[in-house]
Amino acid sequence: MTSPIKAEDSGSAAVLDPELAATTENAVVKGEKQPEGRSPGQLMWQRFKRDRTGVVSACVVIFFFVVSAAAPLIAKLYGKNPYTLYAQEPDYPFLLDDFAMPTGSFGGMSGEFWFGVEPKLGRDVFTMLLYGMRTSLYMAVVVTTLCVITGVVIGMVMGYFGGRVDYWLGRVTDFFLAFPQQLFFIAFMPVVVAMFVDPQDETPTFLRAVAITLVMWFLGWMGLARLVRSSVLSLAEREFVEAAKVSGASPWRIVRKEILPNIVTPILVQATYILPGTILSIAFLSYIGVGFVEPTPDWGRMFAIGADVYEQDPMFMFFPGVALVVFVLSFNLLGDSVRDAFDPKTGR
Amino acid sequence: MLQFLIRRLIGAVVIMFLIGAFTFFLFYTVPQDFAALSCGKNCSPENLAVIRENLGLDKPITTQFWEFMTGIVAGRDFATGHCAAPCLGQSFSTGEFVWDSILDRFPLTLSLTVGGLVIFLIVGLGAGLLAAWKRGTVADRAVSGASIVLSSFQIYFLGPIVLGIVVYQTGWLDNPKYHPFTENPLTWAAGMLIPWVVMATIFTAQYTRMSRSTMIEQLQEEHVRTARAKGMKQSYVFFRYAWRGSLIPIVTILGIDLSALLSGAVVTEFTFDLAGIGRLAVDSSLTKDLPVTMGVMLFGAFFILLLNILVDLVYAYIDPRVRLS
Repeated sequence: MTSPIKAEDSGSAAVLDPELAATTENAVVKGEKQPEGRSPGQLMWQRFKRDRTGVVSACVVIFFFVVSAAAPLIAKLYGKNPYTLYAQEPDYPFLLDDFAMPTGSFGGMSGEFWFGVEPKLGRDVFTMLLYGMRTSLYMAVVVTTLCVITGVVIGMVMGYFGGRVDYWLGRVTDFFLAFPQQLFFIAFMPVVVAMFVDPQDETPTFLRAVAITLVMWFLGWMGLARLVRSSVLSLAEREFVEAAKVSGASPWRIVRKEILPNIVTPILVQATYILPGTILSIAFLSYIGVGFVEPTPDWGRMFAIGADVYEQDPMFMFFPGVALVVFVLSFNLLGDSVRDAFDPKTGR
Repeated sequence: MLQFLIRRLIGAVVIMFLIGAFTFFLFYTVPQDFAALSCGKNCSPENLAVIRENLGLDKPITTQFWEFMTGIVAGRDFATGHCAAPCLGQSFSTGEFVWDSILDRFPLTLSLTVGGLVIFLIVGLGAGLLAAWKRGTVADRAVSGASIVLSSFQIYFLGPIVLGIVVYQTGWLDNPKYHPFTENPLTWAAGMLIPWVVMATIFTAQYTRMSRSTMIEQLQEEHVRTARAKGMKQSYVFFRYAWRGSLIPIVTILGIDLSALLSGAVVTEFTFDLAGIGRLAVDSSLTKDLPVTMGVMLFGAFFILLLNILVDLVYAYIDPRVRLS
């Protein structure tokens, strides 16, 4: 019972004081609470749970994801869709006035149209926003995943192999960092689209999505690769990696079992910054008219419509705008909280 | 210092060349038929042949690349006339030389970028310093809270709100409009004021947070503590010791943010309906006027590299370690 391993298990005090160790063991025998070892992940989770801002923003972020995933269901229950021009439907004769602006106050908000009606075309703002968020979030998740995987792989290769591989991959990373990002997106959208579609034809929506994903992926991985590289470099010097090497573990095993678990958290933190950034970039592209086009519902394009009619109908932009601000804000706060939970030393 | 500058310049030229090559080959090889792409819908075979000849698309790709590159350095001749030294080609749709259209639009984008930069650096660093100085007080919490909320706003959302209040509702200011600086600096500033403020707001928030946290870090450094222990004046310690150190990470981030700054200028152009190079890039991209798109893209890369060198110089000035290495 009093093996050294057992003593170590019951807390550091026990190692220093054999008597105390004995009492602790008695306590265990009596069935009282046993001091348990916690993994770094558990510690992090506990710290995170105590951070009220973090929990609230996590809930908001989850809410956004659930609402977007359930958009078709919600739209069905609500009984509208983002494509129908309700102003032309016989059921809603007085939706838009003579100037094609919503008749009701606050952009035509009513029990029928919760977030109002789109000026000119008379579409339902609520479902437009739902589906727009859905498009953006799906795309952002895909792009972020691709960027994270690419960044991790390249960063690992750079950090682990070092030497010439590191040097040249580092130069490639620098090279891609020198591109003016948004101008690159604008410039390469038609080129990438032309890879798939004949210029004479209309571009299908999913090909636009593929093109946007590709250009964003192309310039999205460098920051993460650098981060992973430096983490791997510092880890590779540590004793446990040395030990694994000496005991004859293959590089693949070392990377997978020794290094990767130790850099998951910084990657996670970085990903929480990449995702909202990607959403904003997609919104930016659609806003300036290079990304998604009519009639695909898109978050960014709602701002373009809103800017068009802002003087007459400022309410149109209200809900998309507030939703975007709340989403980005909670994602930023969440990222900060995850970082704090991971490393409590970085005080704010 | 000079050696450092020369090394940086050579590096910039190499990167510029690589970006040019990369962009060129992607633009001229990926779309199967470049001429058809520029010709657009309902293209007749005669038009196609003319375009192909004008572009020199019948020549091999390496020759085309060579012509493009020598054009940038030495100028080149087109069917419509001579295109002077930094020649980036000729627009498909208007026949204008790309360099001329960029020069035409660039002053606006430059005004936006520089004006916004000056405002957000002054306000952002100032607010961050204030928050670090009064750490833990109401002022600190107000500044930190406001900055985290404002950094989540977007130019295309904030812009219309500001326009609505300042222009449409109260009529305090006119709609933003670009007047050349050389004409009248006052009207120039008045016309750009709203875009500057809106653009700076987004960036200010980030820099406030950053300057606050680096300043707090610096204040805990040993040399700062020693200075305090020696009985130096608080303000002297604050500005001469801590601030200088806290500038180093901020300048680093600024160097990374330059490309974001340029894209901020692009969004701002769209939000306030100003015709800068962002508008040029998007218009050409939508009409598939690829020489213009490519020119703007290269120009943007060049502009950012140039600003990066400037930032590096500032960096070397602040941090002696950079100069010596």
